[in-house]
Amino acid sequence: MSTRLEIQDLTHSYGGDRPALSGLTLSVEPGELVALLGPSGCGKTTALKIIAGLLSPTAGDVRIGGRSVLNVPPEQREAAMVFQKSLLFPHMTVESNVGFGLRMRGTPRGEMRERVERALRRVHMGGFATRKPAALSGGQQQRVALARALVTEPRLLLLDEPLSALDANLREGMRGLIKEVQREGKHTTVFVTHDQEEAVILADRIALVTDGHLRMYDRPEAFYDRPLNREIAEFFGAANFLHGQARNGTVETPLGALKLAIPATSGEVTLTIRPEAVRLEGGENSFSARVREATYLGTQVLYGLEASGGVALKAALPPHTRLTVGDDVLVRLPAESLWALGR
Amino acid sequence: MDRKNRRRGNLGLAVAALLVALPFLPLFLWSFAGEWRFPALLPTGWSLRGFQALAEPGSRVIEATINSLVVGGAATAASVAVGLPAGMALGRYEFRLKGLVVFFVLLPILVPPLASTMGVHLTFIRLGLADTAFGVFLVHLVPTVPYTTVILASVFAERGVELEEAARTLGATPWQAFLRVTLPGVAPGVAVAALFAFLVSWSQYILTVLIGGGNVITLPMLLFSAARGSDPVLTSVLALIFVLPAILALVAALRFLKAGDAKKKQEGLLGLGKVS
Repeated sequence: MSTRLEIQDLTHSYGGDRPALSGLTLSVEPGELVALLGPSGCGKTTALKIIAGLLSPTAGDVRIGGRSVLNVPPEQREAAMVFQKSLLFPHMTVESNVGFGLRMRGTPRGEMRERVERALRRVHMGGFATRKPAALSGGQQQRVALARALVTEPRLLLLDEPLSALDANLREGMRGLIKEVQREGKHTTVFVTHDQEEAVILADRIALVTDGHLRMYDRPEAFYDRPLNREIAEFFGAANFLHGQARNGTVETPLGALKLAIPATSGEVTLTIRPEAVRLEGGENSFSARVREATYLGTQVLYGLEASGGVALKAALPPHTRLTVGDDVLVRLPAESLWALGR
Repeated sequence: MDRKNRRRGNLGLAVAALLVALPFLPLFLWSFAGEWRFPALLPTGWSLRGFQALAEPGSRVIEATINSLVVGGAATAASVAVGLPAGMALGRYEFRLKGLVVFFVLLPILVPPLASTMGVHLTFIRLGLADTAFGVFLVHLVPTVPYTTVILASVFAERGVELEEAARTLGATPWQAFLRVTLPGVAPGVAVAALFAFLVSWSQYILTVLIGGGNVITLPMLLFSAARGSDPVLTSVLALIFVLPAILALVAALRFLKAGDAKKKQEGLLGLGKVS
C-alpha cells in the first residue's frame, strides 16, 4: 500500500512575474508524513494541487511509485485530498459521502457498506452514517472528510491545512486522529500547513517552503538544532545570534573564544543558540552577564541578559530560577548547543 | 422585544400580501359577475357565463392553453439545455473577451424584440419555419436563453469548483463529478432558471404573433384580443387562467425554499446566489 512520492524540479507559474513554485524537489518515503510548511501564498497548496493532478505544472515531474503521473488524470492517481473546508457533498448523507470514492470505483454494495462503516469507526463517527453534513459540527465534518479520503486506501494522502478551519480545542484532537490513522494505515502523506507547531508535532520530515523555493528539508529537530540559515532559525523561534571569526576550531566572539561541538569552517560566521539551551553555570564557554529583563511565562522564565561589550542574549530557564533584574550571573553556552549558521 | 419585532414583521407581510393580491380582486369579481353597472360597488348579479364561454370549442381556449404549455415547456427545456453549459463556462472560467461574450448573451434582452424579429421573420419564411409552432418555439429562445444563461452563470460563479475537485481526487471522472456533484448542487438554480424561462415564454405575445402569424394560437393572443373586445367578464376569466402558472410556480418555489432552509444561508435565495 505504501508508495514513494518524488517531486522533481517542480515549477508553476500562474502568469504573474514571479512563479508560485520554482524548482521544488523532494521525495517522500513510503509511509512517511511530510509537512510542507510555509507562510500563506508560498506555493505549498499549488504543489499539493499539482501532486493531486488538479493543476498541471509549468515544468518538472511528479512520480508516484516510481512512475511519472503528469499525464494521469486526478481520478486515476489514487491521491485522496482533504481540504481546509471539509467539502462534504451537501446533498448526500455521511454514509454516501464516505462511500463516494468506492462507488466511483464500482465496489460491490456489501463490501462498500462494510468499508464505509469501518472507515467511520476509525474516525470515531460510527453513529452518524445517516446524518446530512449540515447536521454535523465543523470538527465532525472534518473527521468524515478524513474517512472519505481514507476509505479507498489511496496511495497518497494529501492534506491541505485540514486543521486551520477548526477551533483551537478541536484542533488537537483532529491532529492526534490524523497522526493515528496515518501511522496505522502507513499512508504516504503530504500535509500542507502554515503552523510550525503543527508541522513539528505531526511530521516525520518538514519541507520549509518560502516564495516558491524549498529552503530546508529535514527532520523537525534539525530545524531547532541545525538550522541552515538565520531566516530559518528565526522562523523556528531562535533568538540569539552572535557574530564571530572562526579560527582553529573555536570562534572569536565579543564574549570570548567559544568552542563548538561541530567546528565551524574558518572565516566569518554567525552562531546561534536557543534560549532554552543557555545555562547558568561556570565552565567551558562561560562568561558573566547582568539580568536586564525577566518575563514569567508560567512554564519557564525568559531572561534578557547583557554580557560584556553590550551583547544581548535571551535565556529561557525553569520557573524556579528566581533572578531579579540587576543580578550578575555566570552564563554558559554549551558547545553542543552552539550552531554555526551558513549564509 | 422579540415579540414586538415579530408582530411588526407580520404586519409588513400582511401589507405586502395585500399589495400583491389587491389588483387581482376586481379580476375575481369580474370573472363571476353577471351584472355590474357603474355606481354599484360590487356586482349586482353573479354568473359563470365567462367560464361557460371558455369551455365552448369556438373559444379555442383549450387549444391555446395546450399550445402555450407545449411551446413554453419546449422553450424551457431547450434554454436550460443551452444555459447550463453556457452558464458553467461563464461562471467558472476566465477567458479572453469574456465581457464581449456576456454582452452578446445579454443582447437579445437589450434589443427590442420587434427589431430583431423582423429579420428573423424573413429568414424563417425562407426556411419554412414561419407560421409553425416549431418556429414559435425557436423564436421564444431569443428572450429565454439569456435569462437561463445569466442566472446559471451566477449560480456557478458563486459555487466554485472545490467540491468537484474533491470528487476528482476521490476517483470521479469529470463526467461522474458533473452528474453526482455538480448537477445536484445546482438543481435549485436550474429550477429558478427554468421558471424564468417558462414565464417569459408563457407571457410572450409579439414574437408569437409575428412568427406564428395567427396560425399558432397561444393564451396571450386570446387574452389580447379579448381585452380589445368589450367583454370584461371574458377578459377577466382569461387573465385568471393566464396568471395561474405564475402563482403555482410561486407556491412551489416557496415550498422548495422552506425545504432547503438549512442550506439557504450558503446558497442565497433559491440557490440563486448573487445575480450580477
